[in-house]
Amino acid sequence: MTGERMSNIKFEIEHLNLHYGSFHALKDISMKIEENEITAFIGPSGCGKSTFLKTLNRMNDLEDNVTIDGTVRMDGKDIYKEMDPIALRHDVGMVFQQPNPFPKSVYDNVAYGPRIFGIRKKSQLDEIVERSLRQAAIWDELKDRLKKSALGLSGGQQQRLCIARTLAIQPKVILMDEPTSALDPISTSKIEDLAMELKKDYTIIIVTHNMQQAARISDKTAFFLLGEAIEYGKTADLFARPQDERTENYITGRFG
Amino acid sequence: MNTTTQKGMFHKEYAWRGIAIVCGLFVIVLTLGIGAFLVYKGSDTFLKFGHTLWEFLGSTQWQPVDSAQGGGSVGTLIFIVGSLVTCGLALLIATPFALGSAIFMTEISDKFGEKFYRPVVQIFAGIPSVVYGWVGLTVLVPFIRNIFNRQVGHSILAAGIVLAVMIFPTITTVSADAILAVPDSCRKAAYGLGSTRWQTIRRIVLPASAPGIISGVILGLARAFGEALAVAMVIGQTTALPTSIFSTTKTMTTEIASQMGNSMEGGELKSALWTMSLLLFLVSLLFITLIHFCTSRGKKKLEGGNA
Repeated sequence: MTGERMSNIKFEIEHLNLHYGSFHALKDISMKIEENEITAFIGPSGCGKSTFLKTLNRMNDLEDNVTIDGTVRMDGKDIYKEMDPIALRHDVGMVFQQPNPFPKSVYDNVAYGPRIFGIRKKSQLDEIVERSLRQAAIWDELKDRLKKSALGLSGGQQQRLCIARTLAIQPKVILMDEPTSALDPISTSKIEDLAMELKKDYTIIIVTHNMQQAARISDKTAFFLLGEAIEYGKTADLFARPQDERTENYITGRFG
Repeated sequence: MNTTTQKGMFHKEYAWRGIAIVCGLFVIVLTLGIGAFLVYKGSDTFLKFGHTLWEFLGSTQWQPVDSAQGGGSVGTLIFIVGSLVTCGLALLIATPFALGSAIFMTEISDKFGEKFYRPVVQIFAGIPSVVYGWVGLTVLVPFIRNIFNRQVGHSILAAGIVLAVMIFPTITTVSADAILAVPDSCRKAAYGLGSTRWQTIRRIVLPASAPGIISGVILGLARAFGEALAVAMVIGQTTALPTSIFSTTKTMTTEIASQMGNSMEGGELKSALWTMSLLLFLVSLLFITLIHFCTSRGKKKLEGGNA
């Protein structure tokens, strides 16, 4: 199945540097991320992988003392210079480490995005909610409790609901920040299956500290260490024949 | 460890626990005691002087006799209406400002809000009511008289404004705390879906903190309801049903405060005043119950108990 497909560049990052105050959190990162693939960022805690992920939908803008230089282009457009962060986040959805449904009903969670875009019609909202929940493979579990509070769901259900909520705004890219680290193995495998399914229509970038997860689901993997992107390439290659000694040490479990 | 020090340790443990329990029980007994006392004193109006509850609550005839023989009338509708109208007006004025301030100090300018704005609001809360009343009397009353061309500036409007200023800090701080209790993960989720700040506040933060905000409003209402002094200074103290916000009238608390000194113990007037105190006590009980209801609903909302 590889080889034939046209590969398009979704994100093009050039010489990206990020500082938290005086702390140099991301050091001169350049990489290209392809469309309709799963790209995984791995590395030990504090290596900058989540920070890097958040530069792609400008969630770092919400924090104080963050300075960013370099360019991040999505579909050729500089997201820091030519795009409004609100509009950017309509295209680049995000799933967080801790499931964070709103304290509202299941239905209202999924309908939140469409509603802020001004969709009011009940029939249209119903359709979006059902479609999104089906896409997130959770419709059958939740169809009878759409009016119940989302906070009563299990962690795994909450996380899939959060994915459905993101799908409802029809983004092009979905960023996942360690989406399974708070979940049990069964929920984790459901989320992984879901990610594999979704990459047909979306570009998925996932941060994980679980190397097996990266190996299982991603097409490309980037290894981060101390704010640097040490190695980036096809997942199979990176795990089988790491080019950098530090990558090898990490994936063989010598540190991390 | 040898047994004597262990024994000493347990003695201290029990002693401190005992003191804490005694203090706790004392407060409970005191509250119940006040309630029982008010019931005992206030029931004279109905039992000893033979008035009906309907007359007490529904009539505007307020001519209690200051003697143990009785025979007057004890309709308190004027004071009840006075209290409701002034407090309602105060809420109408204070709530929008308080809510705006709470949003400002938590969501919009949180650093400035915590460092500077919150202490300022707390100073507001600490000013004695006589000061509010006096400032109201000196500044507000002439202002209303001149602006609206009235004969006197004393009015429900003046009382409502003074009360609004007094309850503003209560509503603001309680609302701000409720807003701060909304987990940051909710805001992040909203921003992550491409919400603007206003959409996040309006659709996520405010609904999630609504029970807490309502608690703040009720707490403010309770404070307004109980305020006698500042209101008495600016409301004009006339025993008549108000016809507009420029009318002078009385509230329950102002009538109690002004009459309690010149009434005879055991007389009809005194009993009627006690009955009004009992009514105030019951109203505050109602407020507290409502606040508890809101708080537990708010907890449920943020922790999701209903699935």
